[in-house]
Amino acid sequence: MTIEAAGAGNSVDFHAMSHPTTPTLDHPVLKHVKEHFPSARLRATEFRGQTTIIVEPGDLHEVMAFLRDDPRCAFNFLSDISAVDYLGYPAEMIGRFGVYYVLCAYSRTDRIRVKTFVDPSLPTDGIVEDPSLWLDSVTDLWPGAEWMEREVFDMFGIRFRGHPDLRRILTWESYPGHPLRKDYPVRGRGERENFRVISRTDA
Amino acid sequence: MPFTLKPDEGFDIDVESTDYLKTHVDTGDRWTLNFGPQHPATHTTLRVVLELDGERIARCTPHIGYLHSGFEKLAEHMDYNQYVTIVSRMNYLSPIANDICWHHAVETLFGIDLTPRCKVIRTIMAELARIQDHLLCVGAAALDLGAFTGFLYGFNARERIYDICDFISGQRFHPDWTRVGGAMQDLPDEENFKKMVKYFVNEDLPQALEDLEGLVCRNRIFIDRTAGIGVVSKEDAIAWSLSGPMARASGVVRDLRKDEPYLCYADNWDGQGAKAVEFKVPVHTDGDVYARFQVRIEEMKQSAHIIRQLIDRIPGGPIDTLADGKYVKPPKSDVYGSIEGLIQHFEIIMSNRGWKAPIAEAYGANETANGELGYFIVSDGGPRPWRVRTRPPSFINYSIMAKLTEGHMLADVVAILGSINVVAAELDR
Repeated sequence: MTIEAAGAGNSVDFHAMSHPTTPTLDHPVLKHVKEHFPSARLRATEFRGQTTIIVEPGDLHEVMAFLRDDPRCAFNFLSDISAVDYLGYPAEMIGRFGVYYVLCAYSRTDRIRVKTFVDPSLPTDGIVEDPSLWLDSVTDLWPGAEWMEREVFDMFGIRFRGHPDLRRILTWESYPGHPLRKDYPVRGRGERENFRVISRTDA
Repeated sequence: MPFTLKPDEGFDIDVESTDYLKTHVDTGDRWTLNFGPQHPATHTTLRVVLELDGERIARCTPHIGYLHSGFEKLAEHMDYNQYVTIVSRMNYLSPIANDICWHHAVETLFGIDLTPRCKVIRTIMAELARIQDHLLCVGAAALDLGAFTGFLYGFNARERIYDICDFISGQRFHPDWTRVGGAMQDLPDEENFKKMVKYFVNEDLPQALEDLEGLVCRNRIFIDRTAGIGVVSKEDAIAWSLSGPMARASGVVRDLRKDEPYLCYADNWDGQGAKAVEFKVPVHTDGDVYARFQVRIEEMKQSAHIIRQLIDRIPGGPIDTLADGKYVKPPKSDVYGSIEGLIQHFEIIMSNRGWKAPIAEAYGANETANGELGYFIVSDGGPRPWRVRTRPPSFINYSIMAKLTEGHMLADVVAILGSINVVAAELDR
């Protein structure tokens, strides 16, 4: 079988890959959000047809509630919450930690990402509670956000105001770090090596 | 039916404080049962602390994380092809579905379109993976409620899918089969592959389903144990972010194969106007354990229907997308047979070379057996992703466990747990 027989579906536009096209930002809900929050500082990006609204941490809860409740937006399904640590990221970002929310609208089957950035005010290598790493919880809008926010807290040390039960979820309660931060080494800080060895006689 | 119970001051013992009960005598009739982390009915390593009033559950607190292995941290230190070996260890009931989903997300980030041949074979394997997962889930649902034979019916048929995975990739349990823009290798023998798949969907699977349905579907004991147990309403299913059979058993009509079509579920998948594969999305309105069981059984029949449509239509041509050597690894014959192929191979696999991904972020999601499995990839332009977030359906579906079990009998926990089909490796990652 020759290469041409594979049909037209397999061409890759490498030119577009190395020079991403200018974002079009034509997602229909963007203008509704902008109209409804005239004084809020909103930004948006688009890549591969996926639109992200970037909001200030203070506006986060209101924007999320608007996106859920406004009939023109109707994003009734919260698909995912997670965070990204941009420490040392090659491109310039708005803040150190980006927390993002993936929303789906079942009535139209489209998606949007809402993202917000927070900056730490204390060194990030410990587990000391940082007063600037707080966001408003969306558990009052979507009860399913409970565990996702607990995971963000566990992995990044970002806390959520109004969360009913903000405990660590994947690591244990006294774990001495937030493992998905970029300043946490992949091999850990000796947690494994320093385990107390229990011999058969002590057990 | 669940009855509401107002617990007094709730208590929740933690790992560090098992002495709690010895010192805390005023618990009245309530007592605490530690279910797991090692218990046959949890299937994997889960721990559920149950506060019981007689045999009624007053409060349920799941503790997870016993299998946390830092998969998402590891992703930041592996390249786009290597990480497939880790994702296939997440939901190990249907490993190849994770492979396909991971590379779907990577290809979304890179903007790569697959060859028709690759799309068809990936679709077939994704559907086989769905059957593989559901067969275990419905079989284990029967096992947990005492019907050991049902489990064996399911497991027998699953063995054929392992054979197929073994055949196409060389590994039976964790195929790690996909690669950026294609697959690890083309089918070793297309006729044999067709024969194996056809034999499975036409002989083994109908037989297994007939046996399973005959044993449990109209079985009085099974229905008594599952109907009306662990009911999720449609509103709750959406509010708690449930997806997959958990949501569809509650009347949510949502399937990413229809709503955000990819591979052969999308129209014009071969670039020449081919129609998307035909199938129905089974939906139930009861939202209980029995409904989830039935949705899974029906989904397997639909998956077999999809495979039957595609198995005789595998197009010719290469399985890998043709690229200029930057993104897709060359076929092995080129690596060993030509200097260009060897250079291209090294350009991708050497640690100081590799992909030049766009500095951007992308989310790709597939409908896998448990629901929406998605990967969110942030790329810094290098060969390794900056951050990979898995949207784990097990984790998110399991978050409703505490709410589901409250007010039920102790024995129902096992039925509910089985119907969520939680896979701890994906739950804890």
